[in-house]
Amino acid sequence: MKKIEAIIRKSKFDEVKKALHDVGVVFFSYWDVTGVGNEKQGHVYRGVVYSTSDIQRRYLSIVVTDEFVDTTVKTILETAKTGNVGDGKVFVTPVEDAYRIRTGENGYNGIN
Amino acid sequence: MHIVFELEKTDTTESTNLNQKLTKLMETALFTANNIWMMLCTGLVFFMHLGFSFLEIGLTRQKNTINILFKNIFIITAGLLLYYIGGFNLMYPGFEEGDLGLFKFAGFGIAAPEGGMTPEYASGGYTWWTDFLFQGMFAATAATIVSGAVAERVKLGSFFLFTIIYVGLVYPIVGSWQWGGGFLSSLSYGSAEGFYDFAGSSIVHSVGGWAALIAVYLLGPRIGKYTAEGKANAIPGHSMPFTTAGVLILWLGWFGFNGGSQLAMGSAEDVNAIANIYINTNIAAAAGVVVALFLSYIRYGKVELTMTLNGALAGLVAITAEPLMPSVPMAAFIGGIGGLIVVVTVPLLDKLKIDDVVGAIPVHLFAGIWGTIAVVFSNPDATLTAQLTGIVLVGVFVSVASAIVWYALALTLGIRASKEDEINGLDLSECGLEAYPEFSRG
Repeated sequence: MKKIEAIIRKSKFDEVKKALHDVGVVFFSYWDVTGVGNEKQGHVYRGVVYSTSDIQRRYLSIVVTDEFVDTTVKTILETAKTGNVGDGKVFVTPVEDAYRIRTGENGYNGIN
Repeated sequence: MHIVFELEKTDTTESTNLNQKLTKLMETALFTANNIWMMLCTGLVFFMHLGFSFLEIGLTRQKNTINILFKNIFIITAGLLLYYIGGFNLMYPGFEEGDLGLFKFAGFGIAAPEGGMTPEYASGGYTWWTDFLFQGMFAATAATIVSGAVAERVKLGSFFLFTIIYVGLVYPIVGSWQWGGGFLSSLSYGSAEGFYDFAGSSIVHSVGGWAALIAVYLLGPRIGKYTAEGKANAIPGHSMPFTTAGVLILWLGWFGFNGGSQLAMGSAEDVNAIANIYINTNIAAAAGVVVALFLSYIRYGKVELTMTLNGALAGLVAITAEPLMPSVPMAAFIGGIGGLIVVVTVPLLDKLKIDDVVGAIPVHLFAGIWGTIAVVFSNPDATLTAQLTGIVLVGVFVSVASAIVWYALALTLGIRASKEDEINGLDLSECGLEAYPEFSRG
């Protein structure tokens, strides 16, 4: 069992969500995040010109059983890509166990 | 045709009666038309207070929204009540021949004089109360202008007290000099012959602008606005839709502000004048927008919305001193220079570390001064000497008055919120509520 975390462009989110759905990954959480990076964005406000390195991205947290890990990662890599700097990152970490609150099931049945 | 027929077949006595009836009918019709116009304009000027609120909310951070709403609802309320209690009688005290025209007070409280509610009053232009309300809506505007400049760090209670003194005393006294028939309106020395300010580029807008400048100077900038080296930081306002709505509402309100200042719509001359006022007012605003838009693009490489919106207001303020006489291209020129003033002076104030949150000083003070001077381009009766005299005297009086008020408040109650309150937002510390509880970021 693994946790796959992906930071992707907001503009790619719908595509990624649909592609994940198509390969059978239908449950995950996501939230909007602000990060810093190399990309700079020019701003002007009332005569003050400034740039911020604050970057808006969407953060996906997906816990899957082992047989889904490769397809999930591959799907994200394929669909979230634009080829430009700033497409994001994917992290994979092991998860010890998962419980379904409603039934108390854990392990494979806790997720699927 | 019906009336003519009636006239033909009547004898002399009857026709005299009929003529009297007709005169009476005409009088009532004009009285009604005039009052409809003035009441409508009163409503439009009232609506400007929502415009000011939206503009100020939009250009500030969400943590200070309720504080700003409070200031704005208080200003219009205090303005009306104070104007009733004494302001109106201070502004229109009925200066007599031989009076200096500096100060006169016609007593506390007002009531419609005999005949005040009939066509006999003011040649049927309006009723006493229509007049009072229209003028009363203007009265609060001067303090509203200050509100935007001092936003996000002023102590609410001290601002309330300032408003009471400014709207209750300072604005009506200055107003009496010009609109109350005081010394400015009949200024006469050297080449000067009367000061001209149709709807208040100086008498309303600069009066607010000077107080804003003094208040902002005494308050100091918001925490984080300037770096230790004196470089300006941007503190973006939280809602550009609010800002834009505010400016468009103000623009609409200006139809009443300038159009209503004709004070009647019961004759072909009045209608003609109002049509001129409308076209000039709108063209000036549009020119202000275009100039601010292009200049901000040339200077910063991006079209800057808040400057562009300020440009509209600066155009409106500039044309307010004389919206009737200019040709349309002249109105565009006057408004366009207003837009230029915004783009040039907003960064200039930042260089001087004058933290004017909404651009009240460029829009109301600088464009107001420009508009007052620009009267000489189109009004043959206006003289540069008189206009400059008016600008300087009004400026000195209201600056000294507001400096005294703000200093006194600073020494007693304090005028600035504590550092912690400012950082946490004035909404929580002073009002105990958040503007958007479900989107709160604390």
